[in-house]
Amino acid sequence: MEFILQFIWFFLWGLLWALFFMTDGYDFGVGALLPFLGKDDTDKRLMINSIGPLWDGNEVWLLTAGGVTFAAFPQVYAVMFSSFYTPLLLILFALIIRGVSFEFRGKIESAAWKKLWDTCIFIGSVVPAILFGVAFANIFQGLPLDQNGYHGNLIYLLNPYGILGGVLFLLWFLEHGALWLSIKTPGQLHDRSVSAANSIWFGLLGISVLFLIATYFYTPLYANYLAHPILFIVPLITVLSLLGVKFFLLKEAYFKAWFASALTIVSATFFCIIGLYPNMFPSNIDSIYSLTAHNASGSQLTLTIMLIVVLIFIPIVIGYQAWAFYMFKDKLSVDDLDYEEAY
Amino acid sequence: MDVVLLSRLQFAAATMFHFLFVPLTLGISVLIAYMETQYVRTGDETYLSMTKFWGKLFLINFALGVVTGITLEFQFGTNWSRYSAYVGDVFGSLLAIEATAAFFLESTLIGIWVFGWQKLSKKAHATVMWLIAFAGTLSSIWILMANGWMQHPVGYVIRNGRAELDSFTAVVTNKFGILEFFHMVSSAYVLGAFFVMGISAYHLLKKQHIEFFTRSFKIALVFGLVSSLFVAVIGDMHGVHVAEVQPAKFAAMESHWETTTRAPIHLIAIPDEKNEKNLIEIGSIPGLLSFLSHHDFNAEVTGLKDIPKDERPPVLLTFLSFRIMVGLGTLFILLTLIGWFKRNRLLESPNYLKIMLLSIPLPYIAIEVGWVLAEVGRQPWIVYGLMKTSDAASPIAGSQVLFSLIAFILLYSFLGAVGFYLIVINAKKGPVLE
Repeated sequence: MEFILQFIWFFLWGLLWALFFMTDGYDFGVGALLPFLGKDDTDKRLMINSIGPLWDGNEVWLLTAGGVTFAAFPQVYAVMFSSFYTPLLLILFALIIRGVSFEFRGKIESAAWKKLWDTCIFIGSVVPAILFGVAFANIFQGLPLDQNGYHGNLIYLLNPYGILGGVLFLLWFLEHGALWLSIKTPGQLHDRSVSAANSIWFGLLGISVLFLIATYFYTPLYANYLAHPILFIVPLITVLSLLGVKFFLLKEAYFKAWFASALTIVSATFFCIIGLYPNMFPSNIDSIYSLTAHNASGSQLTLTIMLIVVLIFIPIVIGYQAWAFYMFKDKLSVDDLDYEEAY
Repeated sequence: MDVVLLSRLQFAAATMFHFLFVPLTLGISVLIAYMETQYVRTGDETYLSMTKFWGKLFLINFALGVVTGITLEFQFGTNWSRYSAYVGDVFGSLLAIEATAAFFLESTLIGIWVFGWQKLSKKAHATVMWLIAFAGTLSSIWILMANGWMQHPVGYVIRNGRAELDSFTAVVTNKFGILEFFHMVSSAYVLGAFFVMGISAYHLLKKQHIEFFTRSFKIALVFGLVSSLFVAVIGDMHGVHVAEVQPAKFAAMESHWETTTRAPIHLIAIPDEKNEKNLIEIGSIPGLLSFLSHHDFNAEVTGLKDIPKDERPPVLLTFLSFRIMVGLGTLFILLTLIGWFKRNRLLESPNYLKIMLLSIPLPYIAIEVGWVLAEVGRQPWIVYGLMKTSDAASPIAGSQVLFSLIAFILLYSFLGAVGFYLIVINAKKGPVLE
């Protein structure tokens, strides 16, 4: 029973991260594209307002992922977050300045003021996008962990495979964000967003292929797949949905392209999570030091109670977030910026 | 550098900064929801203007509260990993439930409220604000049950070398957490009320938007009066419970050294920790401390001398925090009572309005020192009686924490200054009348 609970929780843990990447991912993408696609203040305001009503709720997926790590895998929470001290705090600082920038930017009519917060939005979006990729790629390949704890630092994490992970995540989110802007923005901004989505797609394809190959050489992620070939269906979904992004882009079906991109992100996260199982924070010194779903979990009682909580509330959350998403799905117009509450 | 000390400073800085924004969010969201409901019910446009004006200040404050809250959840892992590993099975679930069941709702709905004025019916839009207020309060229940567990751990067993959950019911019905919740949330309502009254007083003193701000003032006044009385009643119950389960904190709150019956309260006292006595004690009221702790003038109250030296909290800080908190709490009741009698002639009471304007910072001070009392008074324990703070920090380099602490201070000072400036200019600008 305990084993099954840990097994379920491992994949719920993966699901929460996947949903965070899928939802806040396009916010990061929009923020990272701000200086490139936003030619003037109107463009920039359209871009920011395209994610304005949704980014805050999206960001809570991160808190939930962190919270369930704490509850369901306290040992992992303790070791992972203290080991990744500097990168995690950089991510948090970035998220702080991103969040306040949306609120502060429009409060004073001054070009310098707006430029300051535009820069903060850009940094606050790019830094987490890259660092999440770097951190997860390093988890996939294993970390210098022994009986005395973790022996790496930020520089250690910036190894070739780690950097590749960072680039991959950034491209995912750029593509996801560009597609969102293709849906939500009008006129020339829309055209630029579509063309950005079309170009970034090739980069994403190239880096994805490179990542899949590098994963074979740098990580043990394929072992679970070779043991259970049926699982290859998951990366197959990733490949098909990534191709689907391009297909729908060419058909100018931007909603479908966005959903294909969402599916790419979720299935790619699952591809990695399945390969990682049962490890959560593996040691590359000796596997006896690895933290796994089965040696680092909470008690059976906690796992059971949290499972009930999550099974009740996560569907409710998805329900009202879908409602919010539906409410704000329509293309913005320049007139919408006259709305007094707009950012 | 000492990792424990630096981590404590960092956690204190991050929490206290976060808590400059949380209480206003909790308090003013209820007032705004009420104003918007009045608009829906009466169709009076002044209520709509009020909703939007106070809503604007609320949103600036809200953004700062949200972003500074995120770091807190992760700091248990980054800086207090030994604590997290030891008690995470009990403590972690409370934080996870907070995010899943409450904070999600608040964060999703805030976007709908801000951007949904034309997408929702008036009634639905007002309902969203009530749900935001409700979700914020719900969040604080879980956070305070988590803190309550650190203050008075229940429902756990020591197994597999850590504290494991034994009874979820015991954890979520922990009396300590419930009292903390009611005490804190009503304090937050007082803060929200004083914020609205203070800014209203500013405009009333300038004789501008009189109808708008008189109405705002009166709504906040009733809310503040009821809440400040409630704070005191719960505070009294809370004190009795602290005396029972945290005798060291209670003794330090009153700088009470000898275990005695008919224990007195000194109106003025200066603790001398080194010599384990008070330098001066003036205006002693015999039996009052016994009464406050046990509701019996003859009850015995444990003195600090009967608590091992290494299990005593810093006395002076705990003592002063308690004094300031209680003093201010009493002042809030007085000020709102005076306001009640002056409510129909506010414009003829410029001195009272000036006092109310200058009082805006006071609930902030009261609520911050309240937290200092709760947290410093718990020392040297991170979980009272179960785990010491000195055993709880992460095995990381002090230099890392020093850098992050400096970064926190720089970033938060900057954001605090900007947030303060934006709230001040928008508050001064006054409403746009619909």
